Amino acid sequence: MTFEPGAWVRVLSSEKPGHVRTPGYLKGKAGWIETLIGEFPNPEELAYGFSGIPKRPLYKVGFLQADLWDDYEGPAEDHLYADVYEHWLQPVEGGTT
Amino acid sequence: MSGHHPHEGAGRTTSPYAARIRAIEALLLEKGVLTEPEVQDGIAYMEARSPANGAKLVARAWVDRKFKALLLSDAKTAASELGLDPEHPAEFVVVENTPEVHNLIVCTLCSCYPRAILGRPPDWYKSFNYRSRAVREPRAVMREFGFEPPEGVEVIVHDSTADVRYMVLPMRPPGTEGMDEEELAGLVTRDSLVGVDVPRL
Repeated sequence: MTFEPGAWVRVLSSEKPGHVRTPGYLKGKAGWIETLIGEFPNPEELAYGFSGIPKRPLYKVGFLQADLWDDYEGPAEDHLYADVYEHWLQPVEGGTT
Repeated sequence: MSGHHPHEGAGRTTSPYAARIRAIEALLLEKGVLTEPEVQDGIAYMEARSPANGAKLVARAWVDRKFKALLLSDAKTAASELGLDPEHPAEFVVVENTPEVHNLIVCTLCSCYPRAILGRPPDWYKSFNYRSRAVREPRAVMREFGFEPPEGVEVIVHDSTADVRYMVLPMRPPGTEGMDEEELAGLVTRDSLVGVDVPRL
């Protein structure tokens, strides 16, 4: 596993077209690795009839709501988890929770 | 096509999507990819699943600590213990509400939902309105459902973007000490399993 729990990561700003499982509102945003969920066939390939092999690591990634939305209504602790494939994540230098 | 399908309700035939699905279904049957009994089995599978299954899991967790620990660590095994069939390619994860934390489930990309346990999601769960607002203003969405997390409670949103389907384990409401498991299950609503509301007496 490339990322350890607690590591800070940034979601790629890629505009890759087609079936991707990374929602637009997370692109370019930084968060932390909560846990490695497991490895799964790549949905970006499965969607077009390919095998999705090799499997890709999938992480549960946490984001502070205040980091996602400028006008977020709610306490600073409110956060969001999304499940993001490793190939959509890049390390944030020196970042750790 | 035979036109006597039990899932064919009034008004459905007017939607272009419904018409397209019926055409695809007719082709699949005609080409022998699917048989009529297989289609009926598929419908029966979905109709056999309902929020009552989620309520059973929650009520058992409320009265049995060991089961609760299992439900939170390995929800598929816990579901099997109650005779539910969680078999589905997706993972099934249950997240716990506590006095400090309230959880809310959404799928912003489509309508991912623990169908193998709860059946089909409600229409509002699939709406663009819910999917876009639940991540951006979860507290306002919950208020519209009639629920406001108490002061000091953290709200955590789970966007089921990939291979995991989530369900909320709500807190047992106060004043239910004398209730048995079946009565408790009766308090657990579908909305409380998604996290837009909580069970009430």
